[in-house]
Amino acid sequence: MSRRGAALGRPPLLLLAPALVAGAFLVLPVVALLARTPWSTVIGQVTSPAVVDALRLSLVTSLLAVAVDFVIGVPLAWCLARVDFPGRSLVRALVIVPLVLPPVVGGVALLSTFGRSGLLGPALERIGVSLPFTTAAVVVAHAFVSLPFFVLAVEGALRASNREYDVVAATLGAGRWTTFRTVSLPLAGSGLLAGLVLAWSRALGEFGATITFAGNYPGTTRTMPNAIYVELQADPDTAVVLGVILMVVSVAVLALLREQWFDAALRASVRR
Amino acid sequence: MTVRRVLPVATFLSAALLVLGGCASNAGAASGDGGGDRTGALTVLGAASLTEAFTTLAEDFEADHPGTHVRLAFDSSATLAEQVNQGAPADVLATADTATMQTVSDAGNTAGRPRLFATNHLQLVVPENNPAGITKFTDLDRPGVKFVVCVDTAPCGKLAKTVLARTGITHPPVSEEVDVKAVERKVQLGEADAGVVYATDVVAAGHKVRAIDIPTSNQNLNSYPIATLKDARKPALARAWVRLVLSAKGQKVLSDDGFGKP
Repeated sequence: MSRRGAALGRPPLLLLAPALVAGAFLVLPVVALLARTPWSTVIGQVTSPAVVDALRLSLVTSLLAVAVDFVIGVPLAWCLARVDFPGRSLVRALVIVPLVLPPVVGGVALLSTFGRSGLLGPALERIGVSLPFTTAAVVVAHAFVSLPFFVLAVEGALRASNREYDVVAATLGAGRWTTFRTVSLPLAGSGLLAGLVLAWSRALGEFGATITFAGNYPGTTRTMPNAIYVELQADPDTAVVLGVILMVVSVAVLALLREQWFDAALRASVRR
Repeated sequence: MTVRRVLPVATFLSAALLVLGGCASNAGAASGDGGGDRTGALTVLGAASLTEAFTTLAEDFEADHPGTHVRLAFDSSATLAEQVNQGAPADVLATADTATMQTVSDAGNTAGRPRLFATNHLQLVVPENNPAGITKFTDLDRPGVKFVVCVDTAPCGKLAKTVLARTGITHPPVSEEVDVKAVERKVQLGEADAGVVYATDVVAAGHKVRAIDIPTSNQNLNSYPIATLKDARKPALARAWVRLVLSAKGQKVLSDDGFGKP
């Protein structure tokens, strides 16, 4: 605990007790899961072709989805944070809808949009694109469910960072694009990273929309969560092992990011 | 974040908690033991393919047993079996194959021996407009045909795998769905050119799909077992439900829905 914390006195019980409850509530189920994991089979599972396929597919599709989120999500977040337009609060509310939509319903919504008999399906078919049952459909499903998390985080950060800096940059002759690139976005850096992490985690764990929209076939659309669900029907112990593998991989990636990237980003922004 | 923006969130969260709390207490009241063993809520878990038949039977059951309410839950057999083995509160379980029921009996969670009450066989379904022009089962082997089956950890998938192998289809499906209703949905929506489902699902879908018979499928049947559960809260009602399913009335409802005799 830092010296500043000590000067403020001991943390009040009213905060400490619920904090402990929250910590235990989050940690206990994971501990229980690890306790029932048949560890002797983990190595065999990690190297089995089916798991390697599913894990690779999950990593590729979730990262592509996050890339999509970044490319289209940052502009949307910026518009919501910086541009005054009629109906902005309505758009803001609509952006959150996929977040509260049960994922399976999200999958049905995607089918009704991009499916063969969906809204845009016939037009896509004419240019030779058929999304359902393809890896691209997995990316679409992942992006659909993760984009709201990303936009919310980035928009919040953009709104929290002082708008006056943008004004100052403008008075110094910077155009809106330059201001966005060199002032607004770096100031929202922590929110951006949080958004990327949130979106990636959501995409990696995505199940309902993927299985409904993209289907489930080894190598093309069977991501880790799909594989876990399938295994749950055959052998729950194997499903637990797969779940633990996915968890370990994602925690490892996040830890690595924190070490390599977060710190670097933080130091860079402080030095600036 | 300012206080002004936190408040609505907090209000929303507490409202959500209130709603959830309300639901929980309602459920508690419904499953309470107020009316003794012969009234109250009976929880029946059934394989997805039993959805229509059991929904019809539940109405009959409630009419015959005033003061009871049948709560039906449908899912893949394996999911239901796992839920029972993990201690989910339920009175009766009916699965789409004997192997899945065996996992529940082996864990000591059934009361008495499971009884077979129906059989089911597979059929091929195509969307009403039949985009791939499929007329017979072996058309699945034509290049470019997108067909879906159940994943082979589900009874319908296990059976489909056998039938596909016996008829010499080597072309892979585009997707292995988690249960038979998901297969049917993909066909109904026209996303898949064909799907392998139970004969009962064809009856349930009505005119939305067209059915094509599968050679040898009459020799490849799934048998459906039903059992009352060890931890049943309403054992007498649970036994009454099993009797209804095995009775002439129950068997009539099942055969109307496309099931075969056990």
